[in-house]
Amino acid sequence: MTKVEAIIQTSKLEAVKDALREIGIEGMTVLDARGHGRQKGHTEVYRGREYTVDLLPKIKLELVLADDMVERVVQAIANTARTGKIGDGKIFLSRIDEAIRIRNDDRGERAL
Amino acid sequence: MRRFAATGLLLLFSFFAPLLAQSQTADSSTARIAQLEQRLADAQSSADNSWMLTSSALVLMMTGPGLALFYGGLVRKKNVLATMMQSFALMALITVLWAFFGYSLCFGEGSSFVGGLHHLFLHGVGLQPEPAYSPTIPQQTFMVYQLMFAIITPALISGAFAERMKFSAMVLFMVLWSILVYDPMAHMVWGKGGFLNASLGGQFPALDFAGGTVVHVTSGVSALVCALYLGKRLGYPREAMPPHSVVLSFIGACLLWVGWFGFNAGSALGSGPLATSAFVATHFGAAAAVVGWCGAEWLRNGKPSVLGGISGAVAGLVAITPAAGFVKPMPALLIGLLAGVFCYFMVAVVKARFGYDDSLDAFGVHGTGGTLGALLTGVFACSAVNPIFKDAQGNPLPSGLIEGNARQLLNQSIAVVIAWGLAIVGTLIILKLVDLTVGLRVSEDAEIQGLDLSQHGEEGYFWEVST
Repeated sequence: MTKVEAIIQTSKLEAVKDALREIGIEGMTVLDARGHGRQKGHTEVYRGREYTVDLLPKIKLELVLADDMVERVVQAIANTARTGKIGDGKIFLSRIDEAIRIRNDDRGERAL
Repeated sequence: MRRFAATGLLLLFSFFAPLLAQSQTADSSTARIAQLEQRLADAQSSADNSWMLTSSALVLMMTGPGLALFYGGLVRKKNVLATMMQSFALMALITVLWAFFGYSLCFGEGSSFVGGLHHLFLHGVGLQPEPAYSPTIPQQTFMVYQLMFAIITPALISGAFAERMKFSAMVLFMVLWSILVYDPMAHMVWGKGGFLNASLGGQFPALDFAGGTVVHVTSGVSALVCALYLGKRLGYPREAMPPHSVVLSFIGACLLWVGWFGFNAGSALGSGPLATSAFVATHFGAAAAVVGWCGAEWLRNGKPSVLGGISGAVAGLVAITPAAGFVKPMPALLIGLLAGVFCYFMVAVVKARFGYDDSLDAFGVHGTGGTLGALLTGVFACSAVNPIFKDAQGNPLPSGLIEGNARQLLNQSIAVVIAWGLAIVGTLIILKLVDLTVGLRVSEDAEIQGLDLSQHGEEGYFWEVST
């Protein structure tokens, strides 16, 4: 089982969700996040005082998948979320030791 | 013989009877006229009183929620409740003090500098008018209207020490400040025999229609003293401390603008043409100041901000406060425009250059705007709007510089200097006293945790944690 963590532009959330639904993915977690890679922030001014805001709003998607789904999901996310500009985001993959469904104690891939 | 006597009596009676009838008619005419005059006076009183009670409500609304929201939105989320509480607590505290002795110290007869204790516990303050102050409304209306001013003035100061002052210290500070600074200043400008009173025998008659010096200069300058004495917030100016909700500040500012009609037009103490004049001047001053501040900001920064717009409005309202019932509409626009630009400069440039942490710009807007407005009143005051000065025959004399009274600018300056002096000296003494007894500033931990939790055991918003 693999965990897919994708950090994407906030404006791309709906498109990515639609793309994932189209390939049969039904479960995900969506979080509000702030951050940056190489993307520059912007300045805001309040009564003459300047503030550099470099922690930019992003969306973080988390999915745990059976290994055979991973590449299709990665392609779906990347192709939909890409604009070609700095700030598009990143996808990270990591191994999951166990998954448990709370409702009925299903374990392993059955729980996904 | 009897017939002769009877005829004589009849003749006598018919001679005098019409006269008797006439004097009875004369009596009832006089009575009718007196009755009508009384009813006319009652109607006048009714009109004036309804506006004055409305104005009193409007001015209270300026403090709560106007100022509470305006300031509350400007601080960080962890301090929003504490900041609002600073205004709200005063609504309660100052009222009690006012009822006990505050009104007496301001408006009772005393010396040139402070009132006496004749009206202790509002003794003698009933429903009959006090002719010296407001001949057409019950004295209690006048008293409660003035109370709302006494409430908002100290509340303005809280902008300077936001996010770092102990609540207990603030309470003690405000009690002492209202007695030592506000009451004497209000008495000098508005009280019977006050040193600066333009209509009731002041040695240096200053024109301050609704409190440019009494309210804004005193609070604004005291704010600066507090900011300097307490020192900067932890992390200022390196750390970013933007307003947590310009939305709240916006709502507060609009409530202030509308409420200010009670503040200025209500200072006409009646519902006649002078109230209209003050109303129009107030609105024009606010509007022009928005243009001034936003214009200056647009030129300097490339974008006009919403925070700038609402700050501009407040600056204009502050500056027009002393002038509202003395100037014509066009000068009101000019006063507003100048205030918008001047206060923008004070807040965006001067504050940064000198580095003091007047957190919510109480000095930058109220202290400087009030000073500017008080001086410009001396320039633009016009007897056609308000014949405040009269000669021995009762003819109006010129009020301001442009009309031909150059001396008025001197009197305005004296009032401004007294306000600055009283504010500085009074505030320093009180700060020292409170610091020695209660301690002014919260601990570092409490400041980092936020005043809502450390001073009040509450949080303003529970949005992130589901319950």
